[in-house]
Amino acid sequence: MLDALKTLILEFAIPTLVVSAIFIAILVFLLPREVRTIFKRELKSYFTSPIAYVLFVVFLGISNTLSFFFTGILEGGEADLFLPYFQYLPWYLVLIAPAVGMRLWSEEQRLGTMELLLTMPIAPWHAILGKYLAAAVVLFAMLVLSFPIVWTINYLGDPDNGVIMAGFVATFFVALCFLAVTSVVSALTRSQLVALLVSVTICMVLWLGGLPNISELLMNMKGGWLIFWPVVKLINVVGLMPHFSELAKGVLGFRDIVFFLTFIVFCLFATSVAIRLRRA
Amino acid sequence: MIEVENLHKHFGAKVAVDGVSFTVKKGEVLGFLGPNGAGKSTTMRMVTGFLPATEGRISIGGADIEENEIAAKAKIGYLPEAAPLYSDMTVEDFLKFSAELRGVPAAELDAAVDKAIKTTFLEPVRHQSVDTLSKGYRHRTCFAQSIIHDPEVLILDEPTDGLDPNQKHEVRQLIKRMGETKAIIFSTHILEEVEASCTRAIIIDRGRVIADGTPDELKAKSRNAGSTILTVSGLAGSGIQAELEKLSEASSVEVLESGDDNLKARILPAKGKAGELSSAIYRLCKEKDLNVSELRIDEGRLDELFREITKTDSEA
Repeated sequence: MLDALKTLILEFAIPTLVVSAIFIAILVFLLPREVRTIFKRELKSYFTSPIAYVLFVVFLGISNTLSFFFTGILEGGEADLFLPYFQYLPWYLVLIAPAVGMRLWSEEQRLGTMELLLTMPIAPWHAILGKYLAAAVVLFAMLVLSFPIVWTINYLGDPDNGVIMAGFVATFFVALCFLAVTSVVSALTRSQLVALLVSVTICMVLWLGGLPNISELLMNMKGGWLIFWPVVKLINVVGLMPHFSELAKGVLGFRDIVFFLTFIVFCLFATSVAIRLRRA
Repeated sequence: MIEVENLHKHFGAKVAVDGVSFTVKKGEVLGFLGPNGAGKSTTMRMVTGFLPATEGRISIGGADIEENEIAAKAKIGYLPEAAPLYSDMTVEDFLKFSAELRGVPAAELDAAVDKAIKTTFLEPVRHQSVDTLSKGYRHRTCFAQSIIHDPEVLILDEPTDGLDPNQKHEVRQLIKRMGETKAIIFSTHILEEVEASCTRAIIIDRGRVIADGTPDELKAKSRNAGSTILTVSGLAGSGIQAELEKLSEASSVEVLESGDDNLKARILPAKGKAGELSSAIYRLCKEKDLNVSELRIDEGRLDELFREITKTDSEA
């Protein structure tokens, strides 16, 4: 057990902390002053209101409970964290990531502060990036807080912590994609509830769309391919699940990372277009 | 400082601003008047770069708001109509945030926040959360945000809305004082405010500028400007009204109040006789031996002009 703990600390805890520290250092020191100012304000506002705490509790509650009781992690006898735990995380994130991001732009529109923010001497991308990064840090903290389950697995068996790291990275990328989608949607409405519902739907489609069963089901419906063919094709291109699976296997595929980054940049660009449209 | 040329804004088929042009120099305070929905806020939103113009050119201190957006915006301090604020911040944090975004150097940040708090009398609520503030304090917090970087141009959309009479007075004095070194535009519904703090005013109706001048020039345009108000008593069948009407200097007499023994009337001057009217009336009253308790020349009133030239709108 001591050995397991040692491995855990060396292979998981320390790398995680180092990565987090570097991540946050980059944010605080290297970003332009305007982005940093907005990032700090946004992050602080997550923690001065109950939102972040509520979401933390909900996320950790759901992910830990469901993982234990419905995925058979205990009966499996196999302490391989990847399958039961990380495979299910994106399913919860379909709901949680939009809940974190729904306020990003809709709250600005509801309060009218959009008018202040966009008349400041800053470029729109400063604001878009600053806000997005603040929400990303909240999601990151949430995933880091699921650390105890890794501890448990290490206590119970001898898992490959490298694969656990890969699962963690893959999950975080998927969360970032869901958040980017939410950023676009929240720029289009002043209602947080609308932003949440629409974002969850889109994230669900992006996630499920990658499932071979679903595309087959749609294509095999009577005459379904007429309607669904373009949709299925599109979703096959932007579907997140295949990229997630590759990455989570521990294969740090360059292609998949490029795919995720492209997806995020595209969504942030779409956010700036959405903001421009709302003003015209 | 502010140059606006042939500004248009269309929202779909609706024309909100229809060819507005004006300039504001340093040291000028321009009052924006107009009925609700006349296009005042829309114009201000375009000048501050929040809304893109459909057509026209806006330049702030030589920087075009579309081509050189950030440089132009850096020169502006803006108070939006509803005085929006982030409700989860304290007054001090909000002002620091605004100062940082508006490019106040880190070393001068605290001094800038202190100065803005002092100028807008926010000291008592400095550490209070924004969502617990009264309307007056909220408004002043947003006002403080607009002056925190000591901008060359100030654009204030109804800066005295929601303030009590003392606070209104303070804000007007503040605008007047700041107007000596800045170019200021502010919109208002309160006409006395224009006289109290503007060096120039424009009236906008249905997206067009329909009057432009100093408050005195505008007042002189109202229908009753130059007319004489007379209150006399001890009439006793003197037939004063008929006599007044016969005066060659008068064009018409409008009775405002009349009793058995007294009369209050507005006498409008004949063309080109405005200067001589009141002395002619005085002579007439002296001849008839009447008790004159009031004899004054009406300078005209902004609200009269405002009603006259924007009337068709409310009747339509």
